[in-house]
Amino acid sequence: MSAYIVGIGIHPFGRAEGMTGLDMGVAAVRSAIADAGVEWNDVQFAYGGSDASGNADTMVSRLGLTGVQFINVKNGCATGGSALFAAASSIQSGEYDLGVAVGFDKHPRGAFDPKPAEWGLPDWYGDIGLMLTTQFFAMKIQRYMELHGISPRTLGLVAEKSFHNGARAEHAWRREEVDLDTILNSQMVSDPLTKFMFCSPAEGAVSLVLASEKKARELGGPMIRLAAAAMRTRPAGSFEVFAPALDVERGGTATEIASKAAFEKAGVGPGDIDVAQLQDTEAGAEIMHMAENGFCKDGEQEQWLAEGRTRLDGSLPVNTDGGCIACGEPIGASGLRQVYENVVQLRGAGGARQVAGDPKTAYSHVYGAPGVSAVTILTR
Amino acid sequence: MTTRPIAQDLFAETPRPHLIAGRSRTTGRIVFPFPEGLEGQDCDPVDLASEGTLWSWTVQRFRPKSPPYAGPEAFTPYAVGYVEFPGQVIVEGRLTEADFAALRIGERYRTVIVPFAEDADGTSILTYAFERVEGTAA
Repeated sequence: MSAYIVGIGIHPFGRAEGMTGLDMGVAAVRSAIADAGVEWNDVQFAYGGSDASGNADTMVSRLGLTGVQFINVKNGCATGGSALFAAASSIQSGEYDLGVAVGFDKHPRGAFDPKPAEWGLPDWYGDIGLMLTTQFFAMKIQRYMELHGISPRTLGLVAEKSFHNGARAEHAWRREEVDLDTILNSQMVSDPLTKFMFCSPAEGAVSLVLASEKKARELGGPMIRLAAAAMRTRPAGSFEVFAPALDVERGGTATEIASKAAFEKAGVGPGDIDVAQLQDTEAGAEIMHMAENGFCKDGEQEQWLAEGRTRLDGSLPVNTDGGCIACGEPIGASGLRQVYENVVQLRGAGGARQVAGDPKTAYSHVYGAPGVSAVTILTR
Repeated sequence: MTTRPIAQDLFAETPRPHLIAGRSRTTGRIVFPFPEGLEGQDCDPVDLASEGTLWSWTVQRFRPKSPPYAGPEAFTPYAVGYVEFPGQVIVEGRLTEADFAALRIGERYRTVIVPFAEDADGTSILTYAFERVEGTAA
């Protein structure tokens, strides 16, 4: 039994003065159920969560005290993906016909400041200045560039595309284009990554309404099927954020195994995907995730970016709303934003950022600490 | 001047300083630092080699937030990297190299013990770092 996405709602990403994370979550749910053409009373279950902005189930006091089953999800960067996975399972089991997934967050300005003890690490690791996600991203791409011949200019091309697409997405935070030279010559934050190559912690919320096939047909909208949703944790020998040491014997990544599982479940391959949203906490991540998700071989990104293959008019448009670089990263909402954007593209409702060629399959991927990844594949 | 290590059993201040890791008796896997708690009860201490090769690097160009960062208020950018001790483990640490243009993957680095900050009473806090071994590019 398949689950269908029948409604989508988003609270614009960026900064929303005077609103809490929960406020944005409520707004996103209201917008998603209106989009689906249903009422909160019709909703049989919900899964939702945030990383830092409170318990999703408290929303019932605002949405309506209908007695609905509402389960909180907290799974780091995979919070949204996990909520979606759980919601889809509830439909696929045949137990329910209509439910909601919601993710939201509101982070303070500046880099994340995690505490060592919460990650099972000794205090000295934070004391001496190693407890920074930015260092991890920089060192992962630094080694990747050395091994696979990726140039700094290619990192710049990724960010240039992000801002180009973000300027065409109503829900994006950064809505101005930034040219390649400005990106490459901006302040170096963590070599080889400059200021314009990083995403920033932000605010925002996304909600999706899921339905059984029967219910989806009854509602009469476009039939957008969740062909696969897979969440995986890291394998042995992976390279993750906040790692004082790595195994000499190198292994794969959580992304690789989540991607493989999703493709198998959906019965399609990377070549069948028409549009993709790949985790781009910084420009290097998008480059590496193109290969980890099977879209190209290691090193081919150099040519792909030079030829513009991942632009809106390319053979595989990537991060069509500007991704995390243009939208910012509210941890709990980011994964669902990607699915939101994929639904927009499959509906042909992308306006100035609509990809050409009537897309039929869409892929989304998140990655986060401490080595988790969630992938979805939508088909129409 | 009195000194103290930033943590116990992290490194040995021998003439050729080295880090102390743990080897799991169950799996043989080497982990750094030596694990605390129950995980540590399954581990034997292992002396890591005093030299290895640079596996990756970056430069920390802004002062990290405090907490957790406990370095001096006055900030100077510092390099960070992973050094591979062949056959053992790849360890993250600060690099003493101040000429960032000289950082190259594959070059040899040795473990050194360096002052990091001072306690209120002036005691110097020591930590480990990795120092480039001149003229020994791999």
